[in-house]
Amino acid sequence: MLDYLKLIVLAVITLFAAMAANFAHDFAFELHAILIVIIAGGLFIYTLRHTNDPPKPAPTGYMDGVIRAGVIATGFWGIVGFLAGTFIAFQLAFPHLNFEFLQGYGNFGRLRPLHTSAVIFAFGGNALIATSFYVVQRTSAARLWGGNMAWFVFWGYQLFIVLAATGYLMGVTQSKEYAEPEWYVDIWLTIVWVAYLAVFFGTILKRKEKHIYVANWFYLSFIVTIAMLHVINNLAVPVSIFGSKSVQLFAGVQDAMTQWWYGHNAVGFFLTAGFLGMMYYFVPKQAERPVYSYKLSIIHFWALIFLYIWAGPHHLHYTALPDWAQYLGMAFSIMLWMPSWGGMINGLMTLSGAWDKLRTDPILRMMVISVAFYGMSTFEGPVMSIRAVNSLSHYTNWTIGHVHSGALGWNGMITFGALYFLTPRLWKKERLYSLSMVSWHFWLATIGIVLYASSMWVAGITQGLMWREVDAQGFLVNSFADTVAAMHPMYIIRGLGGVLYLTGGVIMVVNLWKTVTSAPAKSDLTASAVPAE
Amino acid sequence: MSKKDDKHPEVPTTGHSWDGIEELDNPLPRWWLWTFYACIAFAIYLFIWYPSWPISTKGAWAGLGHYSSRADVAKEIKKYNDANAAVDKRLASADLNAIEKDPELNSYAMNGGAAVFRTWCAQCHGAGANGAKGFPSLIDDDWLWGGTIQDIHQTVSHGIRYAADPDTRDSEMPAWGDQLSKAEIANVVQYVLSISGGQADKAAAKAGATVFADNCAACHGEDAKGGRDFGAPNLTDAIWLYGGDVKTITKTVTYGRKGVMPAWSGRLSESQIRQVATYIHQQGGGE
Repeated sequence: MLDYLKLIVLAVITLFAAMAANFAHDFAFELHAILIVIIAGGLFIYTLRHTNDPPKPAPTGYMDGVIRAGVIATGFWGIVGFLAGTFIAFQLAFPHLNFEFLQGYGNFGRLRPLHTSAVIFAFGGNALIATSFYVVQRTSAARLWGGNMAWFVFWGYQLFIVLAATGYLMGVTQSKEYAEPEWYVDIWLTIVWVAYLAVFFGTILKRKEKHIYVANWFYLSFIVTIAMLHVINNLAVPVSIFGSKSVQLFAGVQDAMTQWWYGHNAVGFFLTAGFLGMMYYFVPKQAERPVYSYKLSIIHFWALIFLYIWAGPHHLHYTALPDWAQYLGMAFSIMLWMPSWGGMINGLMTLSGAWDKLRTDPILRMMVISVAFYGMSTFEGPVMSIRAVNSLSHYTNWTIGHVHSGALGWNGMITFGALYFLTPRLWKKERLYSLSMVSWHFWLATIGIVLYASSMWVAGITQGLMWREVDAQGFLVNSFADTVAAMHPMYIIRGLGGVLYLTGGVIMVVNLWKTVTSAPAKSDLTASAVPAE
Repeated sequence: MSKKDDKHPEVPTTGHSWDGIEELDNPLPRWWLWTFYACIAFAIYLFIWYPSWPISTKGAWAGLGHYSSRADVAKEIKKYNDANAAVDKRLASADLNAIEKDPELNSYAMNGGAAVFRTWCAQCHGAGANGAKGFPSLIDDDWLWGGTIQDIHQTVSHGIRYAADPDTRDSEMPAWGDQLSKAEIANVVQYVLSISGGQADKAAAKAGATVFADNCAACHGEDAKGGRDFGAPNLTDAIWLYGGDVKTITKTVTYGRKGVMPAWSGRLSESQIRQVATYIHQQGGGE
């Protein structure tokens, strides 16, 4: 019966996509429609051929296949995202790299959203989905709910990434930072996200443990809030059902406020709450220590999710946004400092009694420096939200440096740590292929971040001071081109930082690959694999 | 409920265990809690002193301090405007030739003109005013429309080929592709190369001389030294607005050129126009 329903749905999608390809108003929409025809049509044929297969026995134990796929996707998109980032860093330092033949596809303006979406949503998103599936099963002692729906989430999310990324290159964008994909891609992501919520929440509902572990609170708040942010910020009316362009529901300063309510909470719930979920599982597991304080985890969780959602207006200081909204955003951002640090304290103090392990365990070292960068960024954020500071830092490279100390340091490093933790366990290996390669990765990435963040601090403060400099009569001292020229050496240093970080990422992928192909297999499978049901 | 952790007998755990992870029942760190309270207190101060909460449809709480971004900016602008008011007024009505001889006016005009130039002119003419392809250098002696302070003032005020301004400077380098054959264009290009010190085919240049005299001399002059009435460039120097290679000159002759500079009167004050005219006049090429 389910098969027939599937066949009907797939047939309708295939036919409608074929119509869309035929009547498409623009090339990108046509290409995407053809892609959908191929995928939905292929699935239709596959389902048809397997309709009368005898039913398979219901699988038991943890569902790890989709997590293995997630680990591979995380590594793949990570390299893509780091490579794109490093390339556009050099495009800024050397504008000639915006080659004539790349115009309209590979110039900075097209590649920049490709980079941000690749690292945040493709690399970070796959890491979050994969680790959340792993963590929720282990800490609930239950198999993922919904059968193959987890696979739908995985492949549906990859399709979202491909549609978004190819769209950017062809100029399909609604020009909202971190929310660039157009209406049809947004609708698709909504469907996938609801399925993700169902799988995750369903697993929690059927858990065997009495209490819900703190990591799962954070994952759940991330999934629910991202759904809300995504839907509201992407409210739009398509110009045509057969075209990629849409018109935003909100206009002017309301649109700006909605966008930064979304944008800031994408940082807050995607890159902070979600990754704190990761931290709360992998740090105590790797350190083999209890979490420092249960009380702190409760208080800082509720404080964080209550306060974060108000902080968006600090992205619009000194704009057309009314003063009251700016001060409201600033006040909530300042109150956010300690709730953010609660996660850092719980992460770092979990190591008390196990600090010696940092000498011998490069994976733990990676996780610890990640938490340290988290603490640094979540202090810097409230400072930059103060209007007086923001009047200097806004629109400068300081913001870029801030984002990257968080993204490369916190999100990147905790993800690397999780991947190193997961790979041997998921592929049932005794250990990683090489711990010294992890050490190399650690140092390359750390030095890369230091180069990146420090050069952007210098660049940002230089820019801010040059822009605001006036002489005794109130006349502007520097032209904009002067400030661009002053950035050049800093841009080169930043690019080199990116090269180091990318190199570390490549070393990791090689290490994980070799772990899967040539590390010794784990002899005893019973140690950690508790059957779920 | 809670049981003792063997390794840390002093702090109990909460008694839960998930996949082997336990939680210690440590209290909130004191410094963390008090810093959090301090941040909340600071936020409450911000709420009271500054505009913060929307209280009705008529507007938001204005704050006891009555702070306003707009009032702040207006105050800062007023401070400089007041300080500069006297000299600014004098500059706007002074005789153009007198500006450079009056130290107070000249210093004010040079500082202000530099700022105007950086803000409005540098995008095309370059931060150093040395120009770019299609945008003339303003620091040499080669003027298309004249380099006296009056000429520059006129150009800045009304622009060049700027349709919205009836007093704009106007002329046209026509597209000769419709009037001349390809061979004639090739010849006249060689002629232009020969008179500007470039490598030219002598026979072609000779043939081109006739084409030039019949078609181009009207604006560029018999001697090809240009004419300021039409903004026609001097073709005998090695200074090129669009490029002096065969390909570019051929393109210029075939398709014509129609560079536009916007009129700034209306967008800049009379004083600002005089400031930037004075600034340009003193960049080395002023006449």
